[in-house]
Amino acid sequence: MSAAGAAIGVNDTFAKLLRAHAAGRGDRPAFRHKDLGIWRTWTWRDVYAETRALAKGLIELGLDRGDTLAIVGANRPRLYWSMTAAQMLGAIPVPVYADSVADELAAVLEHSEASIVVTQDQEQVDKVLSVRDRLPALRAILYDEKRGLDDYREPDLLPLESLMAKGRASLDNSAAAADLDSRIDAVRGADPSVILYTSGTTGRSKGVVLSGERSIAAARDTVAFDKLSDRDVALAYLPLAWVGDHYLNYAQGYVAGFCIACPESADTAANDLREIGPTYHFAPPRVFEALLTRLQIRIEDAGAFKRWLYRRCMDVARRWGEKIANGEPVPIGGRLAYGLAELLIYGPLKNALGFSHIRVAYTAGEAIGADLFAFYRSIGLNLKQLYGQTEAFLFVTAQTDRAVRSDAVGPPAPNVDLRITPDGEVQFKSPGMFVGYFRDDAKTREALTEDGYVKTGDAGFFEPDGQLKIVDRAQDVGRLRSGQLFAPKYVENKLKFFPEIREAVAVGDGREFVAAMINIEFASVGDWAARHNVSYASYQELAANPRVYELIKRRVDEVNRALSLEPMMAGAQIRRFLILPKELDADDGEVTRTQKVRRKFVAERYAPLIKGLYDGAVEASIATEITYEDGRKGKLEGTCRIVDMPSFPGELRASAA
Amino acid sequence: MKAPSGDILLSVENVTLSFGGVCAISDVSFDIAKGEIRAIIGPNGAGKTSMLNVVNGFYHPQQGRITYHGRQRSRMQPYEAAANGIARTFQNVALFKGMTTLDNIMTGRNLKMKRNIFWQALRFGPALDEEVGHRRVCEEIVDFLEIEHIRRTPVGALPYGLQKRVELGRALAMEPQLLLLDEPMAGMNLEEKQDMSRFIVETNRLRGATIALIEHDIGVVMDLSDRVVVLDYGRKIADGLPDEVRRDRKVIDAYLGQDR
Repeated sequence: MSAAGAAIGVNDTFAKLLRAHAAGRGDRPAFRHKDLGIWRTWTWRDVYAETRALAKGLIELGLDRGDTLAIVGANRPRLYWSMTAAQMLGAIPVPVYADSVADELAAVLEHSEASIVVTQDQEQVDKVLSVRDRLPALRAILYDEKRGLDDYREPDLLPLESLMAKGRASLDNSAAAADLDSRIDAVRGADPSVILYTSGTTGRSKGVVLSGERSIAAARDTVAFDKLSDRDVALAYLPLAWVGDHYLNYAQGYVAGFCIACPESADTAANDLREIGPTYHFAPPRVFEALLTRLQIRIEDAGAFKRWLYRRCMDVARRWGEKIANGEPVPIGGRLAYGLAELLIYGPLKNALGFSHIRVAYTAGEAIGADLFAFYRSIGLNLKQLYGQTEAFLFVTAQTDRAVRSDAVGPPAPNVDLRITPDGEVQFKSPGMFVGYFRDDAKTREALTEDGYVKTGDAGFFEPDGQLKIVDRAQDVGRLRSGQLFAPKYVENKLKFFPEIREAVAVGDGREFVAAMINIEFASVGDWAARHNVSYASYQELAANPRVYELIKRRVDEVNRALSLEPMMAGAQIRRFLILPKELDADDGEVTRTQKVRRKFVAERYAPLIKGLYDGAVEASIATEITYEDGRKGKLEGTCRIVDMPSFPGELRASAA
Repeated sequence: MKAPSGDILLSVENVTLSFGGVCAISDVSFDIAKGEIRAIIGPNGAGKTSMLNVVNGFYHPQQGRITYHGRQRSRMQPYEAAANGIARTFQNVALFKGMTTLDNIMTGRNLKMKRNIFWQALRFGPALDEEVGHRRVCEEIVDFLEIEHIRRTPVGALPYGLQKRVELGRALAMEPQLLLLDEPMAGMNLEEKQDMSRFIVETNRLRGATIALIEHDIGVVMDLSDRVVVLDYGRKIADGLPDEVRRDRKVIDAYLGQDR
């Protein structure tokens, strides 16, 4: 232990970490991969040897310090090793999203000037070959799976396997081995370790450069935070190019020395999860949601006794589960009932999902519904939230084991310096902070403040218990005339958690109070109407129905009540609302093709309604042009009632910023 | 007609097959060369499936000779055909619906298992080693056909396109020299057809199996096959390279009706 402890100080690159593991825990499993139906295992010693062979092969291909090497494919051991092999030589790996189309792939390869591309299979090779003439820097294309590539005759296309065989043979020469050792030692922690291209949803994708020492420092903090060790196992199924995979699997795996298991294929990941039984896991909220939906359907199909048992046990879970998970006092009867239910339902359920051994699971990326989150927590899954960014090398905040909630993302992660600017933007300095955008100094300067903080572009605030709450994109956040913070998306999300509300647009920036325009969900409200003898002929008629107004009013009331309990948001309760006479539609440009409301456009288009919301009118009319699906235009005229809402007394501006 | 290159694997000479008064095949001769993809096409009821049934010994023709591997054979039973390296798939999928994909493919290894039932029941020693070996072959097929995700799924629960693939997998597990495919793409959508075509070509090229296939999708037939034989009302009306057959007057007439 003391030897390993002493060595850690100098292990400031992933290559050096690998070498230390090969020496310190050489027999522990490092990688697993399911191939031909069987899990194959490589120990840290094996991985070190394989990676050295690969690195030697890359030297012979002319890869040198500072060069870039792109990696395109799914989570395969050899693709991970290619990263480390490049890092051994001080070259910079650039993982690329495997599902990018040829053009996107070319853009990244072009921008990063990759001299070698490591691909998984024929599909990726074909993509690279199709854009080859745009890539003058490209010298060689390597591939992992040879299937279908037998009669490709491109001269600089070769299998990783033969490259590694050559490298292995060359390393028999002790001079060559010593040369490789000295190359590994020559790379400094401050050198670029990896370039991760952002997905580019907000403009052109940028190459985030991370250094070895910072990456490792960040991973080391969180490994200690979640007490990860070489006894842990994670299933590596997230895209290689995504910061989440590079952090949660690669960086933390190499720091803690835990085992990274690669699924057989994307289609089998759910089954592989069950076979591996990871102890550390990440999934975005929509994956958890899909799992729960599938589970509920299966339960509905089960026999009456099983359904009854499931319901009883879930009642117990709802009552005591989260309290037990958060370490709150629970009476002995509750504990007994929970223990029995664990034996009968939760245990088998977690086993079926592959969650039996999970000690720590994270979710992040979007808001997670309170019920969904509570379900997993209450059956004993230690599910937590984190908030992160590629520029931070993931962790900005993370919830601690005993203080978990669905509506906040936790206190700052260890050694992260987090601040909220007066206009509400979240800014941070973190141990893993990026060095800069690759070949884009202007963008780097834009992303940083003068005193070196990273601007996230997200607006948020701290809750009294120290957890960060992200409310909206900073540019969308405004203030009421009173100075009250107003985050439209935050209010809208609360409304949209109700099945009756499909879409909502909250307005209030620079106004006296918050008002909302609501789109009902035609399917669920229509269903409700059928069951309550409410007749209607069209969406417009249903939307104007007084009983529907009553229904929505109750929902708005619930949102207001929830807002009133939050000191920062109590003043942003909805005072007036109306139900829109038409559905917001992408054909009319009101929402994007991915169903995001284009708030500005909607505000202009429905200006008469907004005017009505603020001038005290009891109804407002709108005449607007609409586009039918076949492209014809029509006129829609509608009048909608405007409803006043009582507001709940909150601790108004109790913690005024 | 171009003479087949290479050795003849199987030849059918003057075969006639009738059921009572119905003549399914009359006086048909053709051959299949080693390593080729040979298509048998023709309108409905032309006798294509009967022809395959004759080749693998399910039907016994009243007249004619069949020579396989240079050996003329008389009344051969289907299991003998299987033992001699002839495998097939069926027009209507014929799998064990309640068994998993892997088990279905494993049944294709049945003839290759040498240990008797006692050893196998014990699952011990040499029988275990043998099973591990067979399992590996099956896994390679699973990998080849890209059906890892349904390895443990009972085939009855699978969509039709995948069942077809499993059936091909079972035939491949026999490591056949001659593979008979009866409408491998029937009822498939375009993407499934493309996948299946790729598997057939790769089976032929990488696994070295000679293939005889019946198929209605003429586009597929023309792309895949080396030579095409055309049957109509039990008679052979054309035989040759895809391009020759495509231009053949008699073939056009058989498919589209005679032009007057």
